[in-house]
Amino acid sequence: MADPIHQFEIKKIAVLGHIGPYEIALTNSAVFMIAAVVTIVGFILLATSGRSLVPGRLQSLAEITYDFVADTVRSTAGKEGMKFFPFVFSIFTFVLVLNMFGMIPGFFTVTSHIVITGALALLVILIVIIYGLYKNGFKFFKLFWPSGVPMFVMPMIVIIEILSFLSRPLSLSVRLFANMLAGHITIKVFASFIGLLATSLGVAGWALGILPFGMLIALTALDLLVAFLQAYVFAVLTCLYLNDAIHPGH
Amino acid sequence: MATNTHTEHPGGKAPFPPFQGETFPSQIFWLTICFVALYFLLSRVALPRLGGVIAERNAKIEGDLEAANRLRNDSEAAQAAYEKSLADARAKAQALASESQAKAASEAEAQRKELEAGLKAKLDAAETQIAKTKSAAMTNVRTIAVDTAGVIVERLTGKAPAPQAVERAVDAALH
Repeated sequence: MADPIHQFEIKKIAVLGHIGPYEIALTNSAVFMIAAVVTIVGFILLATSGRSLVPGRLQSLAEITYDFVADTVRSTAGKEGMKFFPFVFSIFTFVLVLNMFGMIPGFFTVTSHIVITGALALLVILIVIIYGLYKNGFKFFKLFWPSGVPMFVMPMIVIIEILSFLSRPLSLSVRLFANMLAGHITIKVFASFIGLLATSLGVAGWALGILPFGMLIALTALDLLVAFLQAYVFAVLTCLYLNDAIHPGH
Repeated sequence: MATNTHTEHPGGKAPFPPFQGETFPSQIFWLTICFVALYFLLSRVALPRLGGVIAERNAKIEGDLEAANRLRNDSEAAQAAYEKSLADARAKAQALASESQAKAASEAEAQRKELEAGLKAKLDAAETQIAKTKSAAMTNVRTIAVDTAGVIVERLTGKAPAPQAVERAVDAALH
């Protein structure tokens, strides 16, 4: 049975050098990240090359993506949130394309690594904290001090609010990481069942292999949905957290 | 890092890949480069371009809609003006018609009155004539009656009566 974990291995292509004690290498993960950037930017530039009033398919797709993200930002973070539109668009398309790359057989899933999702989540939270403090100053801490709560429960509420704020980067990163990891492992496990049945039972095994194969197809469809949904969830939560920075005190 | 305790296989295999700490610096390094590059390329080049195309189209649609609205208003105004002039013309025609009708009626009335007056005058003249003729005839009758009465009385009595007495008797008989 093929190792379902094998697909997540980081493979060094070339060692580039060291920063302090840390080795920096061009890896399969890096290649897919670069490919994602090239794909996203290339796609939009190609789509807008015509600048046509009546959009073609490619331009329509780019415009739909643009409007989709813009609507999401506007509805969750308000008009002021639109200054973060390029950031949210970058997050959404980056995660989406990396997730979708992962669905192509043989491709590496960059977002199945906690260090990537964690770094992105920390980036979001840092922006929320820095922008929130820059824009609202001390009032930003109203976020942990909800109005209209009786004084005697306030200490508990403040602790809960602080804990929930601190758990945001954790949940944000683990959600994406775990979804991608679990999805790919399940697909791999069901795929290896087919081979297992065939090698152990012969012709009957090939026939029985239909069952895990059908499951495999369904799982692939599900994971395509998950790949999109997790990118969307990441973007929406980013908007929600940014909304807290823009309008603290709920 | 809890990497080495996690999924270590008995054969001394590598730990679970997402928890291999030695790959983290490279991943973060490339993530930083890629995400920063993506952000700048999108926010400086790609998104303004895409947003520009969308804004351009929205402006065009808005402009077209506005022009269509203006044209519709213009045509509505033109129609209202046309209807107004039509109504004016109709009212004028009606006024003209009623005026001429009144004029014709009054003319006919005048004519009729004139005719009636003429007829009445003729009638009066005829009546006068008749009365004159009648009184003349009556005078003639009286003269004849007086003469005749005088003659009759003379024949009967053989004596001519006094003309005043005969006249008085005739008048009394006639009236």
